[in-house]
Parts: sequence; C-alpha cells; structure tokens
Amino acid sequence: MSLHLSHDFGIWIGAVLTLFIFSFLYKDNPFYKIAEHLFVGVSAGYYIILYWWTVIVPNLIEPLWKQLAHRDLWTGQPLLQARPGLFAAELGDYRGWLVIPGILGLLLFSRLFGKIGWLSRWSLAMIIGVYAGIKTTGFAQGDFVAQLQASLQPLWKAGDPAFTINSVIFTVGLISSLLFFFFSREHKGTLGVFSRLGVFFLMAGFGAGYGYTVMSRISLLIGRFQFLLDNWLGLR
Amino acid sequence: MPGLEVLEKLDRRWLFLIMGLLVLEPLMFPLALPLTVTRPVQGFVDAIDKVPDGSTVLMSCDYDPSGIPEMVPMTRTAFRHLLGKNCKVVITVLWPGGPGLVDSVLSEVAREFPDKKYGVDWVNLGYKSGNEAVMVVMGQGIANAFPRDYRGLDSRSLPVMREVRDYASFPLLVNISSGYPGTKEWVQQVQARFHLPMVAGVTAVSAPEYYPYLQSGQIRGLLGGMAGAAEYEKARGEKGSATRGMDAQSLGHLFVAFCILLGNLIRRRPAEARS
Repeated sequence: MSLHLSHDFGIWIGAVLTLFIFSFLYKDNPFYKIAEHLFVGVSAGYYIILYWWTVIVPNLIEPLWKQLAHRDLWTGQPLLQARPGLFAAELGDYRGWLVIPGILGLLLFSRLFGKIGWLSRWSLAMIIGVYAGIKTTGFAQGDFVAQLQASLQPLWKAGDPAFTINSVIFTVGLISSLLFFFFSREHKGTLGVFSRLGVFFLMAGFGAGYGYTVMSRISLLIGRFQFLLDNWLGLR
Repeated sequence: MPGLEVLEKLDRRWLFLIMGLLVLEPLMFPLALPLTVTRPVQGFVDAIDKVPDGSTVLMSCDYDPSGIPEMVPMTRTAFRHLLGKNCKVVITVLWPGGPGLVDSVLSEVAREFPDKKYGVDWVNLGYKSGNEAVMVVMGQGIANAFPRDYRGLDSRSLPVMREVRDYASFPLLVNISSGYPGTKEWVQQVQARFHLPMVAGVTAVSAPEYYPYLQSGQIRGLLGGMAGAAEYEKARGEKGSATRGMDAQSLGHLFVAFCILLGNLIRRRPAEARS
C-alpha cells in the first residue's frame, strides 16, 4: 500500500475541513468553528445563486421577458413564432399568469419593511393553501387508500404455509398496534392483552428503525474515511 | 466489579476512537465478508431489467452531499444499468444541494459509455424548487417545470426530450432519495395519481418508512442505505464504494451492539453495587 497524495486544491480544502469537523469529537475548538461558519456562509451564497439561475430566471423572468419584449432574453433576437403581449390563450400560451406568482413572491419581502409587513401574509396564505391541498390529496391517494387496500389480504392460501403465517402475523400486528393507540377505554382485559401485544410489534419496529439509523450514521463516517483515504491520500 | 466501575465513568471519546479505528481498519485491509442479494434489491434490479431496451426512463436524484456514501453508489449503478440497456435517461433533482453533485456523478459514469451523448442519451434537468408542486407541474409537461436543463440549455430543443411530454412518456421512475422531498412524495403525488411504476433507493435511516410501499406494490424494489447499494452492486457484478464500505459497516454495528449490551449490564447492576 502506497501514498498518492492528491494534487487537487479542492480535495485538499475538503480534507482539511473534514479534519476540522472531526476535531469536535475531542472538544469544541476554533478549527471546528471556522469550518462551521464557513459552511453556513458558503451555503447561503450557494443557495441564492442557485435559486436565481435555476428557478427565478428560467421559470419567471425568461418567459415573461419573451412575452413582453418578444425577444430572446439571451441573444436579443426577435421571436417569430409567438404573438407579443402577456396572453395568447388561443395559442395555449398562458405565461402572462406568471405575473401573479412573481408579485406574490415579491410580497414576501414586505416583511423587511415594518408597516407593510402584513402583505407577506397573502403570499404565505397562498403557499399554505396550495401545499395543504396537494398534501391532503397525495396522502389520501398514496397512503390512506392504497395502504388500506394492501392491508386487506387473505389470511389463508392453500399450499403456501409461509404466506399464511406471514399474513396472520401481519394482521395480528396491525390490529394490536392500532389498538395500542385506542385511548377511549382503559387498557384492561382483552383490550389490555392486545395493546400489550401491540407494544411488542411496535418495539420490533423501533428496533429495526434504530438499526437502520445506526447504519446511516456509520455510512456517513465511512464516506468521509473513503474520501480521506481514496481521494486525498490516494492509498492504493 | 471494579472493571464495570471504570467503564461507567469511561470518557465517551474512547468510544469514538474505537469506533473510528474499527471503521478505518477494514477500509484499509478489507475482510471480504459475505453479502447476499435480498428480495427488495432483486425487485429493484428486475424492475429495471424489465424496462424495454431503448425506452426513456425518469430518474430523480433527491439528495445533497450529506447523502454521498449511500446515494452516490446507488446513482452510479442505476445510471450505468440504464445506459447499459440503451435507455435514455431524464434526470431531475429536487434538493437544492444536489444538482452539481449529481451532475458530476452522472458525467463520470457517462464517460464509461463513449457512444452516449449528453442531450441525446441523457439529460440533467437540474434543480427546481417547489417540492410536491414540481411533481404536479411535471404531470402537465416535464419541460413546463424544467424549461432549461442544469447546463442552461433549452430543454425542449434537446433530442432526448423530443419524445418526452409528461409522466406517460416513461415506463419507470427511478428515485434515489435522502428524505423530503423524495420517495414518499413521489409515491403520493406521482405513482398514486399517474400510476407510474417506480423503484426507490433511500437512506438507511428512512428505509423502514418505505417498506409498506414495497409490501403494497406501490414501489417495485427498494435499496435501503449502504447495504442496499452494496447488494445492488453485487447483483450487477460491480465492486463499488458501497461494497468496500460494508466490512466497516458490519464491524461498526457489532461494536454498537456490544456497547448496548455492556451499557445495560452496567446500568442494571443492583443499586448497592453501583454505589
């Protein structure tokens, strides 16, 4: 095994910052603080540029510019195929409507100006309304109905004992776990037995979740070590 | 026992050091522990294998640099798998920290296929904010949501996008996701509404959440964390970074299990012994 140190400046920055972050495991220190503050600052700058060039420009400014100026935003060449103006509904072109989300987006910045800050609530109301609608229908279709359908399975299948055992365990686990969350009656008698059984199924679920969480966290450590060993030190 | 008293007051930094060494050692000197391909992973492989050669597949890579160890091996193998089948691949990213990372990973894999050209055989449409709203807009036209690709090219003018209109243009959605927005949202907004078959590769921490979707058939296959990525590499006959990391993963898990047992032993001693 021999060393082949990277000649890439970016790799060196990444490696040094990784070691700075690892130093926190010993104790909080200025090197960790440098890396932490650098991350926050760089992230803020990165997000502003990313949102501007990948969302605001192509999805708002460019189509509106084409409609209003009837020219290409980048080349300045006149556009021939479309009619000038904000709306061309007969051509299936509704880009003029983009003015509305554009204005709502600008209203969000009104929070920076005390007296007119309330205007931002209109935009927030729109965002909350749209997302509540999307989430509700998505959950109803993708989770509630589909999962309910998938839970209604036959308990017995001729010639397939594995399926039968699996189905029984699944159904008992499902019902007992649901009964554990039934709080309108004291958990005594039959309900108590089922809710206690439900706890075992829930514990098995939590255990699986914990094991997967450990795997994710160790994966992060492995990823950093692989970066340091392979990309930075070039150990082969 | 005096040994247990010492352990009770042990500085936790010793545990960090032991964990670090246990993870580091097999990365430098691999143990080659056995690995088997499980049914969820085989389902993922089979779903891609069943896609007709030459068709156009939608791949959404919803992660950022924090997901590199788990997500990048999955992305590499899935993209290689699709290009190997001569499929055209349309890639989207719904995480703001992801588009640059995803572009570099895809470009690296695409270099293994000299005959595959950007814009003709694959395109990275880049990032778009809006989470589920973007998924819904894509249902009305992929290019409506992504008028330009990650490189700033007019997406409607790219050959790979000429036959792509909406979700009906794809036989399969491959989603590699680190969290929100990701697999759950693709299932709720796209699989359920547009009936687009999908497979998912997810982080280990979120994997238990998606097993019900696998059991209900809403997703055809599931890669859970680095183990899922390593199994996928094995199923494809590759030996990537996930496979190399699995020895370290196993030793790390054994150490955590050992610490839990030891911790319980120390904590459950009689009160007089502890005092």
